[in-house]
Amino acid sequence: MRRAVQSFLPAALTALILPIMMALTAPTTVSAQQGPLRIEITDGVIEPMPFAVPDFVPQSEAAAEYGTSLARVIASDLSGTGLFREIPASAHISTVSDFGAPVQFADWKTINAQALITGSVALSGDRLTVQFRIYDVFSGVEVGSGLQFVGTTEGWRRMAHKVADTVYSRITGEAPYFDSRVVFVSESGPKNDRRKRLAVMDYDGANIQYLTDSNALVLAPRFSPTGDRVLYTSYESGVPRIYVMDVGQVQRRVLETQEGSMSFAPRFSPNGRTVVFSQAQGGNTDIFSMDLATGARTRLTNAPSIETAPSYSPDGSQIVFESDRSGGQQLYIMPAGGGEARRISSGAGRYGTPVWSPRGDLIAFTKQNNGRFHIGVMRTDGTGERLLTASFLDEGPTWSPNGRVIMFTRESQGTEGRAQLYSVDISGRNLKPVPTPDGASDPAWSPLQQ
Amino acid sequence: MKSACRLAVFLVAGLLAACSNKDDALNDITTPAPGSVGAIGGAGGSAADPRSPVYFQQAVGDRVFFLVDESTLNDAARQTLNGQATWLIQNPDYTATIEGHADEQGTREYNVALGERRANAAREYLISRGVAANRLRTVSYGKERPVEICSVEACYAKNRRAVTVLAAGLTG
Repeated sequence: MRRAVQSFLPAALTALILPIMMALTAPTTVSAQQGPLRIEITDGVIEPMPFAVPDFVPQSEAAAEYGTSLARVIASDLSGTGLFREIPASAHISTVSDFGAPVQFADWKTINAQALITGSVALSGDRLTVQFRIYDVFSGVEVGSGLQFVGTTEGWRRMAHKVADTVYSRITGEAPYFDSRVVFVSESGPKNDRRKRLAVMDYDGANIQYLTDSNALVLAPRFSPTGDRVLYTSYESGVPRIYVMDVGQVQRRVLETQEGSMSFAPRFSPNGRTVVFSQAQGGNTDIFSMDLATGARTRLTNAPSIETAPSYSPDGSQIVFESDRSGGQQLYIMPAGGGEARRISSGAGRYGTPVWSPRGDLIAFTKQNNGRFHIGVMRTDGTGERLLTASFLDEGPTWSPNGRVIMFTRESQGTEGRAQLYSVDISGRNLKPVPTPDGASDPAWSPLQQ
Repeated sequence: MKSACRLAVFLVAGLLAACSNKDDALNDITTPAPGSVGAIGGAGGSAADPRSPVYFQQAVGDRVFFLVDESTLNDAARQTLNGQATWLIQNPDYTATIEGHADEQGTREYNVALGERRANAAREYLISRGVAANRLRTVSYGKERPVEICSVEACYAKNRRAVTVLAAGLTG
């Protein structure tokens, strides 16, 4: 069902009617808000929870295709977390042919499905109505109440992600993240003639769209807090400069930074009104901020060393960045308006590309040590460092909207070296590649879509 | 048309404006061939002609190399840059862009900053040897444009470089 949109048309971004969510009335079984069906992510889950998601019951023949596709995307989202394991339809004893009929819990117990997701889908013109319920099979109760989403056929995948997000949230107690997008750099060609262009896709690799052509080198796109704009660095003028693009319209403008300087490594502030970035001039790179409305620039660091890769805390009060002022790259935190910085990284090796978690509790980073690259996390005071990955070249972490998963770039070595996106959860489990049609680097996760 | 424009950027910098169409900027951006292998720029003429860009590139030497994470010019680098300065002073019709590069063993943003440091080190040295500052620009490509693509030190050493790319004419 994946569609590769080869044009710049932003159809999938703008033509969506957002799902309308409404609670269904309670079914015949007892509703249990705090049922025993629960995954505690912090517990270090070893055995994924078995679940079943039969095809959603179509209310017409035309809706049948969606009934299957919705169930497949929901299953893929849940299994993809590593916290759930799907029991395939071939093992099912019961078939669900009537969404309103009582659930045959015994049949699902027999195949050890702890969670069951049932649903229906109705099609009217280009309008899809999706209803679903989540059951705790062994307790024989519904988990929360059933919900209904209404949207366009074009947005069917988003509706599937919304269903899966609801299941994930109710069972793990965590905030959702499946209904999100990733902006990244699509790469083709060999290392010494690499072509790069901006692309955006669903978090799972579906619905890819290209935002620029590959005539100019582009680096490190970053979403705005509402996901409608993207900051990135482009060499289209001959030197690296920062551009801000309206994703829906695919229109962009350059940020007017210091004449004769190079600017790069931009990120939005949490309120979306300020951009923090690096500016290099005369052999020195420092961090600046710019008010997007007025263009007013403020210098935040003033040192002969390299200061770059700034990232705001979620409350906007602080900035974490990297600096080689002590000799090698290390991580520092300073007030958002500039001022005295305190170093937080202290282990062996070099630390770069810090990114503050959306939950505020952790900072993800790239670490280089003994010729290897790692993605890691540490608390904001520098304690509790944990390395999640190791390879020839891992870099550039980005957080899922709920702060539970990290996506990053992994580049393989040698003359055939190629960049690919990977994700890993913050416990270091479930390391896996994110599918993209070509090479890919510099991912940035969007906020949860509204 | 696109490739013709790209060449022209180097041969006659003034054509740049003619090649870029602001109304169609997204689809027809003229990009100076970024850090292309050899980075010939305005290279033309014969290596036997000491006034030719080819001579500059091959006989004088268009690039200097750096140690890991360093932007210090060693003796060999200064010698090459002495030659570049002499050539640039004798050939005042040329301007130059110094491209700074890093090897792949580093994070992307840091390498952009490091490449800028290297390009600037070469530029400052050329200025100290009498080349007018307004003839020398810099750009950093970080680790984006390696000339060698193996993942061992022999290749990395050739990628940690600052390359002086000639262009014809003062463009202000």
